[in-house]
Amino acid sequence: MARNSQASSKSLFTAELIVPAIGDAFRKLNPKELIRNPVMFTTAVVALLLTVLLVVGQDGLGIGFKLQLVIWLWLTVLFGTFAEALAEGRGKAQAASLRATKAELTAKRVKGAIDSGVVEDVPASALRKDDVVLVQTGDLIPSDGEVIAGVASVNEAAITGESAPVIREAGGDRSAVTAGTRVISDEIRVKVTVNPGQGFLDRMIALVEGAERQKTPNEIALTLLLVGLTIIFLIAVGTIPAFATYAGGSIPVSILAALLITLIPTTIAALLSAIGIAGMDRLVRFNVLAKSGRAVEAAGDIDVLLLDKTGTITIGDRQATEFRPVGGIDVRELAEAALLASLADETPEGRSIVVLAREKFGLDLAALPAGAEVIPFTAQTRISGVDTGGRVVQKGAVQAILKANPGAGSTAAATELRRITDEIARAGGTPLAVAVDGTLLGAIFLKDIVKAGIRERFGELRAMGIRTVMITGDNPLTASSIAAEAGVDDFLAEATPEDKLALIRKEQQGGRLVAMCGDGTNDAPALAQADVGVAMNTGTQAAREAGNMVDLDSDPTKLIEVVGLGKQLLMTRGALTTFSVANDVAKYFAIIPAMFVALYPGLGVLNVMGLGTPESAILSAIIFNALIIPLLVPLALKGVKYKPMGAGPLLARNLAIYGLGGLLAPFLGIKLIDLAVNGIGLA
Amino acid sequence: MTFQGWLLIAVFTGILLALVKPIGLWLFALYEGRRTPLHVLLGPVERGFYRLSGIDPDEDQSWRRYAVHMLIFNAALMLLTYAVLRAQALLPLNPLGFGAVSEHLAFNTAISFGANTNWQSYAGESTMSNLSQMLGLTIHNFLSAATGIALAFALFRGFARRSATGIGNFWADVTRVTLYLLLPLSIVLAVFYIASGVPQTLAGSVDIATLEGAKQTLALGPVASQEAIKMLGTNGGGFFNANSAHPFENPTALTDLVQMLSIFAIGVGLTYCFGKAVGNTRQGWAILAAMMTLFLAGTTIAYWQEAAGNPVLHGLGLPGGNMEGKEVRFGIAASSLFSVITTAASCGAVNAMHDSFTALGGMIPLFNMQLGEVVIGGVGAGIYGFLLFAILAVFVAGLMVGRTPEYVGKKIESREVKLSVLAIAVLPLCILGMSAVASIIPAGLAGPLNKGPHGFSEILYAFTSAVANNGSAFAGLTANTPFYNGMLGVAMWIGRFFIIIPMLAVAGGLAAKKHTPESAGSFPTTGLLWTGLLIGIVLIVGGLTFLPSLALGPIADHLAMIRGQLF
Repeated sequence: MARNSQASSKSLFTAELIVPAIGDAFRKLNPKELIRNPVMFTTAVVALLLTVLLVVGQDGLGIGFKLQLVIWLWLTVLFGTFAEALAEGRGKAQAASLRATKAELTAKRVKGAIDSGVVEDVPASALRKDDVVLVQTGDLIPSDGEVIAGVASVNEAAITGESAPVIREAGGDRSAVTAGTRVISDEIRVKVTVNPGQGFLDRMIALVEGAERQKTPNEIALTLLLVGLTIIFLIAVGTIPAFATYAGGSIPVSILAALLITLIPTTIAALLSAIGIAGMDRLVRFNVLAKSGRAVEAAGDIDVLLLDKTGTITIGDRQATEFRPVGGIDVRELAEAALLASLADETPEGRSIVVLAREKFGLDLAALPAGAEVIPFTAQTRISGVDTGGRVVQKGAVQAILKANPGAGSTAAATELRRITDEIARAGGTPLAVAVDGTLLGAIFLKDIVKAGIRERFGELRAMGIRTVMITGDNPLTASSIAAEAGVDDFLAEATPEDKLALIRKEQQGGRLVAMCGDGTNDAPALAQADVGVAMNTGTQAAREAGNMVDLDSDPTKLIEVVGLGKQLLMTRGALTTFSVANDVAKYFAIIPAMFVALYPGLGVLNVMGLGTPESAILSAIIFNALIIPLLVPLALKGVKYKPMGAGPLLARNLAIYGLGGLLAPFLGIKLIDLAVNGIGLA
Repeated sequence: MTFQGWLLIAVFTGILLALVKPIGLWLFALYEGRRTPLHVLLGPVERGFYRLSGIDPDEDQSWRRYAVHMLIFNAALMLLTYAVLRAQALLPLNPLGFGAVSEHLAFNTAISFGANTNWQSYAGESTMSNLSQMLGLTIHNFLSAATGIALAFALFRGFARRSATGIGNFWADVTRVTLYLLLPLSIVLAVFYIASGVPQTLAGSVDIATLEGAKQTLALGPVASQEAIKMLGTNGGGFFNANSAHPFENPTALTDLVQMLSIFAIGVGLTYCFGKAVGNTRQGWAILAAMMTLFLAGTTIAYWQEAAGNPVLHGLGLPGGNMEGKEVRFGIAASSLFSVITTAASCGAVNAMHDSFTALGGMIPLFNMQLGEVVIGGVGAGIYGFLLFAILAVFVAGLMVGRTPEYVGKKIESREVKLSVLAIAVLPLCILGMSAVASIIPAGLAGPLNKGPHGFSEILYAFTSAVANNGSAFAGLTANTPFYNGMLGVAMWIGRFFIIIPMLAVAGGLAAKKHTPESAGSFPTTGLLWTGLLIGIVLIVGGLTFLPSLALGPIADHLAMIRGQLF
């Protein structure tokens, strides 16, 4: 988050972004585009009307005053289109560099059989679904696809901005490749999974450009509210001429227009789409691609977070922390056997056993004795170890070891081992049993290390009303211990993909919104079912298709931040709406007395701000109404400051800033502008 | 202002708050269709009604069906009233031999009573026969009130039900509310009024000799029975033209207090019932707190202004508060309080003439109505109107907690926003639009008796009262003309049913939604913050719209008065 907000504040108002945005602001005056925003459209129509009346109208007002009104009305519209253009500008710059990547893609299409050596060079745009291409060292991958043969390291910096290469290989959960990324070693054969124009890169370009932007549900509802308020104020202003006639006077059209424009919610209407675009943009900068704005909004609404234990709650690798001998065996003997069994084990767990044995017991066995034969780990036996000729040292899951050594199962040592096993599980660890020649020596305590600070994060989430559920393949005993240590609200142990899906459905039935992240093909149904499914970019194509967001960094912890970004987007909208509506009180007090004082001089007392003249009061209100838009653009683009806390304090804080502030700010602002207007003699 | 005056306001508020829970619980039993102690006696009557009319009270109606049945029922009743009034001369129970009511007056009156407004363009004692009063008018006093409460129940069900298709049964709701609530309470109140000296007779009038020996004819009739439901159902249509200022309608200080309490009784009870319905009574109390704050603020301003009196008269050596148009029996405090209650609650009964209030004192009743009759409001109508504001308040501010806005477990989305805005916009559209028309065309300008801003206030008040379904008159406006009878009739119709239809649509949509369980992240809709927010939204969205018109009416009037100019 820190990196993200720094980046955005630096690049918000540079000349490269502002200059084109000014041009775009004028282009967006096109009525076809403007009508998408009914409030700004109304403002433009009124501005146009006053422009015409400037030439033909006769209402006893000074031409200088009317000209200024017209200018400020047009500026109000332009500030709105500028805000939107500026928000889009950032995406456009990014899209341009992505396009450049895409332009240079050519493909080596495999002719005939999949493993045939015959290839032809074709432009990437000629590739169709199910074509197979060969990608060799140094080549750019021409299209999204699935690796069907080979393994390669791929630099995905073009997409993720992360230059460390990643491994892509056929089969398993790391088979998806993305167009525009570069193979830096080896070669792979890739089956194309998308037709031109529908690839990840294309989607990303469309997303960051805002071309595919559709109004999100909350945006639609908000637009309806703004239209409703506009209609109500149209009635309020439209009936004034009749009332004034009754009172024996008349109100010039320009003044009515000024009142209308200040009352209708121009501030939030002008910034509404900029807020939405900026929200998506923040996510993109955070290296998360949302497939729709709807998904970002849903992220703010999340009630339940399903988090995978490994990598999110615990650091990925378990560490050996203790040797627990059984049957009176010396602990050193156990350590020695464990070391021997782990020397050839290159997994992080295996290495941690070696380290523990060396550090704790000073064992310095560096290599396997000559002639020793390694017993490799298989999913069937779940045992690894070494056969030194004379001795067979085994290490593996407790059940597996007992099963492989039926003779040891009924010994006292086995009973003790089972007790120790339970103890380790209760402490949140994973036990590994060690046996030599069928004799049980004891267990190795492999500990899950809960990430630093994660407990506090979950505390914050709880304060925000979000429940966290840990998903793990561990047994319930281990899971509950880790859950307690990490401070999650609930856990799902020995979880299968089906269990995950069922859990999501159950929560949704209860009216809760669920977010999860996943990478494997078997995660796809759950990702699709979840309200927010974040697929890891390293994951399979199926997972990436099923989720409604893709995390380019493949960091499952980010789910928590994604929720924060969703909330921030909604909060920004709500804060500016409240601010906009609260502003109206002061504007009434500026314009009503100015408007009616000629009819009933007594109404001058409503001029609580003590504005100079009726003309300056009206002008000041309209200037404030226009200037507040560019002043709030930074807030709209960066989002309101977001701190995780409960809804009650959050509302109190935001209501004080944007509600009360919105009530008071215009009184001060209009007064100051009025002083300036009178000071330099504008009215 | 006097200690006694404040004591009255305090006593009234105290008794009212004590009534909230018992009445709310009784309403909740009716809302749920549970048995009440009265079922022993009235259960067979209820079942008899269903059997006679072939209604299945357990049929769950969709919002559309509920709306259509409600409309047919109300339209039929209005036609009946129109027919009775037009044929009055031919019908029995007409001791004073009144002729037929004119077409435009009958049109206006039928809608007026059907829409729970009870705007009266006529003087009852010299226009309506006893049959017209009892059959044509009192029937609406019961059934339009029952309709309002039924509609509130329908909206409550929208919030309370989960993934449901129906919002209850209109016929069952109306029957139960009438039989188990309005009828028994009215009987008790009528007996109390009779004991207090309110006439209840079918005789037309009585001649008495005055102290000077002259003969005076006093109109009589079945007053007590009508008086009871007039208040309880926030109807407000008096038997006599002077309404509750008339000693036969409101003879004592005690009847005055009871009348004020009975105006608010069901309205406040419904807030509690809402809380029970959605499973959290604090939700109901929060709404009541917002309503009571607005009410007490209005009462304070009105009482203060009336007690301060008219500086022009002070200058003439006539000190004291403003007693013009008030009954000496009640005085300033009771009259100010009554005026705020009757306009806050869409009742429209008066015990003093609002036209004679000081400018700002008279603006409070006007403003109460312009808020949409949501400060306690009409029976049923007040709470459903207020809930529409609550939906807007949740939507405007709810996003600020970073979630899709929710209210009592239901997500507030574009459909709810659209329909709520639609319903709320009806009020300014009709009030301001029609006032604008009346203030420029000759037929409209012929109405007000006063000139200047005060005359404008009279027009504005009439349309506000009609659209908001209040029915109180500012007086000072000659309304029994084809123009005003017609326009006000339409205004009352739109003001009632054009809000109900979108409101029922909201209810239907909400009922179909899933329930979102409350969490620490949910927008808090109980507590002070929420109450303050509700008040803010009601004032800004509901009230600010009328500021220009208020500035040209009562505010200009008041400021002119300070400068010594009267209208």
